[in-house]
Amino acid sequence: MTANGMPASTIASSAPCAPPTGNLVPLLHEIRHALTRWLEQGEEHVIDLRSIPLAPGEEDSLLEQLGEGEVNARLSITGPSDIIETRYPAVWLITHYNENESIIGRFIEICEVPGILKSQADDIRAGLERLEDQLSNAETRA
Amino acid sequence: MTDAEFLLWVRGPAFTTATFIMCAGLVIRFLEIFLLGRKADLAEARGSAFAGGFRTMFKRSIPDAGSFERSGFTLVSGYIFHIGLFIVIFLFVPHILVFEAATGLSWPGLPSNIIDATNVVTMIALLAVLIHRIKDPVMRMLSEFNDYLVWFVTFLPLLTGYLAFHRVGLSAPMLIGLHILSVELLMVLFPFTKLSHAFTLWMARWYNGAIAGYKGVQS
Amino acid sequence: MSKDKTLGETLQERGVSRRSFLKFCATTASMMALPPAMIPVIAATLEKLRRPSVIWLSFQECTGCTESLTRSHSATIEDLIFDTISLDYHHTLQAASGSAAEHAREEAMQENYGNYILVVDGSIPGENNGYSTIAGISNKAMLLEVAAGAAAIVAVGSCAAFGGIPKADPNPTGAVSVSDLIKDKPIVNIPGCPPIPAVITGVLVQFLTFGLPELDQLGRPAAFYGNSIHDRCYRRPFYDKGLFADSFDDEGAKKGWCLFKLGCKGPTTYNACATTKWNDGTSFPIEAGHPCLGCSEPDFWDAGSFYKALSTPTEDIGKTAVYAGAAGLIAGAALGASLRARKQSAVKNHERVTIDDLDQES
Repeated sequence: MTANGMPASTIASSAPCAPPTGNLVPLLHEIRHALTRWLEQGEEHVIDLRSIPLAPGEEDSLLEQLGEGEVNARLSITGPSDIIETRYPAVWLITHYNENESIIGRFIEICEVPGILKSQADDIRAGLERLEDQLSNAETRA
Repeated sequence: MTDAEFLLWVRGPAFTTATFIMCAGLVIRFLEIFLLGRKADLAEARGSAFAGGFRTMFKRSIPDAGSFERSGFTLVSGYIFHIGLFIVIFLFVPHILVFEAATGLSWPGLPSNIIDATNVVTMIALLAVLIHRIKDPVMRMLSEFNDYLVWFVTFLPLLTGYLAFHRVGLSAPMLIGLHILSVELLMVLFPFTKLSHAFTLWMARWYNGAIAGYKGVQS
Repeated sequence: MSKDKTLGETLQERGVSRRSFLKFCATTASMMALPPAMIPVIAATLEKLRRPSVIWLSFQECTGCTESLTRSHSATIEDLIFDTISLDYHHTLQAASGSAAEHAREEAMQENYGNYILVVDGSIPGENNGYSTIAGISNKAMLLEVAAGAAAIVAVGSCAAFGGIPKADPNPTGAVSVSDLIKDKPIVNIPGCPPIPAVITGVLVQFLTFGLPELDQLGRPAAFYGNSIHDRCYRRPFYDKGLFADSFDDEGAKKGWCLFKLGCKGPTTYNACATTKWNDGTSFPIEAGHPCLGCSEPDFWDAGSFYKALSTPTEDIGKTAVYAGAAGLIAGAALGASLRARKQSAVKNHERVTIDDLDQES
């Protein structure tokens, strides 16, 4: 067992038959509890999928179970972000990509609308300024 | 000394030293016993010393009904912790790798969580025999410092092993280092205390059985 | 970009949207293993931050740590990190060279004395200063000079944190770590060979946001180095079940079983590889089928073979046992002979066995 005795086969060895961590079902229950809490108290909840050890393939299986619902939005902000409402209303899957379209963060949010989807006051202010500039420019030109 | 340096020290020089003391000590103790010699038995043989000796080595592991009635607790707890020690020492894969490194021999191990459960049972059995030793007036009178020392150095590796497996309190290198160090303590004391019964037991049984076998007596 | 402006103002000026900033905060919180509830706190703090001056010193190193950082996965997001700090001196990255570079360092030190952050990669040679100098200044002298005015020191990489490969036996340069030389400043160690880029940036952000992070016994931020590789490894269930790969190409290796027997140092290595992973979160060594080398632990280069199981002795025990047996034979034979002689003389002289003889310990 030396380093140079290491064949290429080891490189592809892990993915297909990784053992399940058993974290999938508890995760779905956490979502269920969060939905109940939202209905009863209006409490929002965020789960960071990076913080939970998942075996290769388990995350895909989770996404498959959550499925895709009615909303699918793509943000263009320093690399895209996908905001998808899953098959279960108020369960949102938020995936942040970098500019090479590699995933840099993945969250599940339980809320009516994820905060990042809403227009932000600072951006609205900056946008308003731009519009006003544009109008005043148009007026001077006219 | 950082925890990593400590782990390296116990895996390196300390382990070598402990191995040296244990192996040299055992050979010395064996020679001490063998070279003393026995007087030749001039009587005519009425049976086979070899068969008697060989049979007794194993037969004594099976308790007779009488001793069960007399000291059932000692028997049961004794069996539990001895079998437990065997499983924990020889069937845990990381341990098998140590034996393989020393001897080149390897054998299959058991799942780690089974070893963990066995370890807990073994520790409970050892605690039970300690309590029995302290509570029972006869046992207490017969016990001396060495008996408690031997108990302690047997129990310590089990405890540190449990802590290392479950990563309680300290850093992993420190916990594993302490576990190996506790085993080294056991190894160093092994030839020079009652712990050496693991080897001398077989000689003693053989000797008893051989005497009886030679005389044609059942033992 | 003025140093007096807050980060929020700077980003706004540059047309970075609030959403981008929120995304940055969310991914950073995730990277730092902070609960998502902390995202608004990070956002609020970073926004008000004024760019602190950073001086980066490189000593006996291979530039792997800087490579790791500058090739970290999300260029744009890490740009934001560089926007949050003012990297005033880094002799590999800066455009200036020669005396102009050293001048930049001196200027940054003077302007921000007592307040700048010092980042160090590489170990520092001991006795002989000639092993490594920059602009004629020995590494040790430069470290001591710059550290004196630093608010805090971040030791990036195993070399700066623990001495690393330069310190490996026989340590020809007498290399030491930053913490071996500096005792009176807070030091954050970010070990790894190299450290995970996201961890370097994460610690910097954490440091800027919340101040000195919670450190473990070895000065490592608990947020990233709080768990061992073994504890977070997706192959852990195989360890528990006793299923191990015996070689790199056997059935166990192909099935992705535990690599403990092949020398994996995961059980004693504290790092975030198993969760944060490498190369855009693609994989980490164990997922690629190779045991963990333990590169973020002190003295990892000398910790026995990379391919020797952690539980096994580092020295040749079989040989020791043989030598011990030989020594035992000689000593035992001598002892046995003397006991035998004593016994024979006792028999000859008709000595009696006393109660004390029977009570002997061994």
